[in-house]
Amino acid sequence: MFAYYIRLALISLRKDAVISVLMICAIALGIGACMTFVNVSYVRGLDPIPHKSSELFAVQLDSWSPHRPYSEEGTPPRQLTYLDASALMQARRAHRQAAMTGASFVVLPEGENARPFNASGRATYADFFAMFDVPFLFGGAWDARMDESGEQVAVLSRPTNERLFGGEDSVGRDVNLNGRNFRVYGVLDEYEPLPKFYDPHTGFTAPPADVFVPFELMASLRLPRRGNTSCWKSVGDGFEAFLASECVWIQFWAELRNAEEKQGYVAFLDNYVNEQKRLGRFERPLNNRLRDVTQWIDDHYEDEGVVLLIGVGVMFLFVCLLNMMGLLLAKFFGKAPEIGLRRALGASKKALFAQHMVETGCVGVAGGALGVVITWLALHGVALLFGEGGEDELPEILTFQGPMIAAAVALAIVSALAAGVYPTWRACNVPAATLVKTQ
Amino acid sequence: MEIGPIFRALRQSKVGALLIALQVACTMTVAVNSAGIVREQIRLAGEPTGVPEAELFHITTSGFAPNFNARAAVLDDLALIRQTPGVRAATVVNSVPLGGSGWTTGVQTEPGPEKPSHSAPVYMMDEHGLATFGVELIAGRDFTPEDIRERGPAVADWPDKAILTAALAQTLWPDVPAEQAAGRVFYINGKPTTAIGIVALLQGYWAGNPNAGQTMLVPDKLMQRSVRYFIRTEPGRVDELMPLIEEQLAQSNRDRIVRAPWSMLDTREKSYRENKAVATILAAVMALLLIVNALGIVGLAAYSVRRRTKQIGTRRALGATKRDILRYFLTENALVTAVGVTLGTAMTIALNIFLVQAIPFVPKLDWWFVLLGVAAMCLVGLLAVLGPAHRASTVPPAVATRTV
Repeated sequence: MFAYYIRLALISLRKDAVISVLMICAIALGIGACMTFVNVSYVRGLDPIPHKSSELFAVQLDSWSPHRPYSEEGTPPRQLTYLDASALMQARRAHRQAAMTGASFVVLPEGENARPFNASGRATYADFFAMFDVPFLFGGAWDARMDESGEQVAVLSRPTNERLFGGEDSVGRDVNLNGRNFRVYGVLDEYEPLPKFYDPHTGFTAPPADVFVPFELMASLRLPRRGNTSCWKSVGDGFEAFLASECVWIQFWAELRNAEEKQGYVAFLDNYVNEQKRLGRFERPLNNRLRDVTQWIDDHYEDEGVVLLIGVGVMFLFVCLLNMMGLLLAKFFGKAPEIGLRRALGASKKALFAQHMVETGCVGVAGGALGVVITWLALHGVALLFGEGGEDELPEILTFQGPMIAAAVALAIVSALAAGVYPTWRACNVPAATLVKTQ
Repeated sequence: MEIGPIFRALRQSKVGALLIALQVACTMTVAVNSAGIVREQIRLAGEPTGVPEAELFHITTSGFAPNFNARAAVLDDLALIRQTPGVRAATVVNSVPLGGSGWTTGVQTEPGPEKPSHSAPVYMMDEHGLATFGVELIAGRDFTPEDIRERGPAVADWPDKAILTAALAQTLWPDVPAEQAAGRVFYINGKPTTAIGIVALLQGYWAGNPNAGQTMLVPDKLMQRSVRYFIRTEPGRVDELMPLIEEQLAQSNRDRIVRAPWSMLDTREKSYRENKAVATILAAVMALLLIVNALGIVGLAAYSVRRRTKQIGTRRALGATKRDILRYFLTENALVTAVGVTLGTAMTIALNIFLVQAIPFVPKLDWWFVLLGVAAMCLVGLLAVLGPAHRASTVPPAVATRTV
């Protein structure tokens, strides 16, 4: 029966080709407008590390000024001071933990005519790689004992290894960073968490670092930092004074595998801050926070513009549906004599209703398919408008796959059917006799 | 005179009329609010920075050799840049207007951590700074070579002289006109600092910052491994001098890399790209929406004409002129549009009130802007219905007699 209805639907749709095309276009445009922005939001909200996002926590301690809160909402600073990050690293009370900061390197390739180039860096602890499941192509993370030993070791990203060593296994070779030799300890495989959740300050959509080095080298070699530094208290002159200051500039992540570990860590943090309070620091009320990956992204990824655009898209779809409803009214009015004839020949209202809903559904499917194409085109347009090379590139919004495509088609069918209910019901309810009479 | 019958006829085909009215209302709500946002984004992207953008570019150098002499490099570089023909002025800076990153510090009229503090974006420069930035000094004096301090890495101390923008002076001392603020003392980290000069306008390094115009200029000459030079050329010579100076700097000292040459015009472009993208997307959506809305009106009007062909024929047969028929459909559409825009006005204002609260960059709509929207929707409605109404007026009277 369903196949027969579909055949009837196709015949009918072909008969009123202009109206059919208009309806399909209306649905497709509405779906396109809606899904483009929904997809942008969906891709932004994707969990960058789904299998353990609820076990990874950004640590926040409220070391801010006693005179004014860090933010109007009363949230603690997003980053830690060097004092606190070092203390938490020393204690190692979480299953895994890593303090980290953005860094900036000048890489000097080997060879006479090689031109030095700028590379983004991340200074962190060995746990970073295990904690965030960073994939390695060659070698691996440096040993945890190198975190503190001051050895100059580095992990390279895959593109950097390609640029410097032509993609060969470079483990054990030297790389010249800021005029100093670092031994390559590992080379990453493709690693592009989207968004790059662990550091909101160096760009959530920016690619991860080119070079990773042990965190303590930042202090011992005074490597150039990259990222945000916020201070509420005046700082003395010199690098040592900066390290001892109340300025926050370090991100700190901890892996806590279950509620028990989390509870233990919260207690440890509270304990630590209370101890510091006795030493005259942390003058604000106790306000420690552990935010898991999803909460952290929600906190820092401003999405208002996208929400606005989704709203516009939904309104657009609504107008398109009103439009389609009008077109269906017109179409089914034209079909009234045929409907009357079929009623007179014994077709039940229910059967006619089902048949015309199938026809409307077909419009939905076609509109959905075209809508997917429009969405795909629109996403390219959006990417072109927002990025244009450089580090602000937004290639991830072009990710338009499986679940979102299915959602687009489903939305198209559901909205087509919703728009079709009233016109169909009306067409099927006109008294058969009047319709036959006009033949 | 016809309103009565038209109204009664409309009640016979409520759904069609309702569909059009709703479409008009929704379209107007989205279009007017979008237009308001587009207008605001265009205004923002046109905000002056206070510097002669077409004459400026900036370039960054980063020394990497462990024995790199930052001080010597900065002095050599500045000498080299300044003697290049076509360069009007140059200075070493920590950041540039709209550059996206920079420093902000708290300034106070009363010292003490518990006293109120305003955050001000800071530009560090030498005695060529004001000439390079090309900002207008409205009171007090420029920095002299004696004012300039050399600032190495990890220096936390602030100078005792600064030049403020009029906007910052107004924030600090609301009781005096900005021109009279020159010579007044304020505090940075508890240290007294004299506002030796006031400049008319200078935007901060980040356009989205609410304190963007409340900037402070300090006489600190940065002597660090990684510095940025801000260079002002004779008019029209930026594109020519930018690659030249990049090459000269790269050749002059091989212990560093020279990178990121950006003209001020490109810096502005990049800084406002997101605003422009949002504006373009909204404008495109708005245009499409108006087209869809117009097509919807055409479709429904055509349907209504088709449905009433016989009645039209009857009216024609009874003596109505073509113009009467035309006027009938135009009036009918006007009535429906009127309902639509009334509902639309209410929805537009409601949505705007909601958006202003929910989203920081949405502006409050002006009343005349809403009226403009009403006029636009009426015009679109009128244009859309002209075709079907004209077709209705050409229905021959004989149609009335042809069918039963």
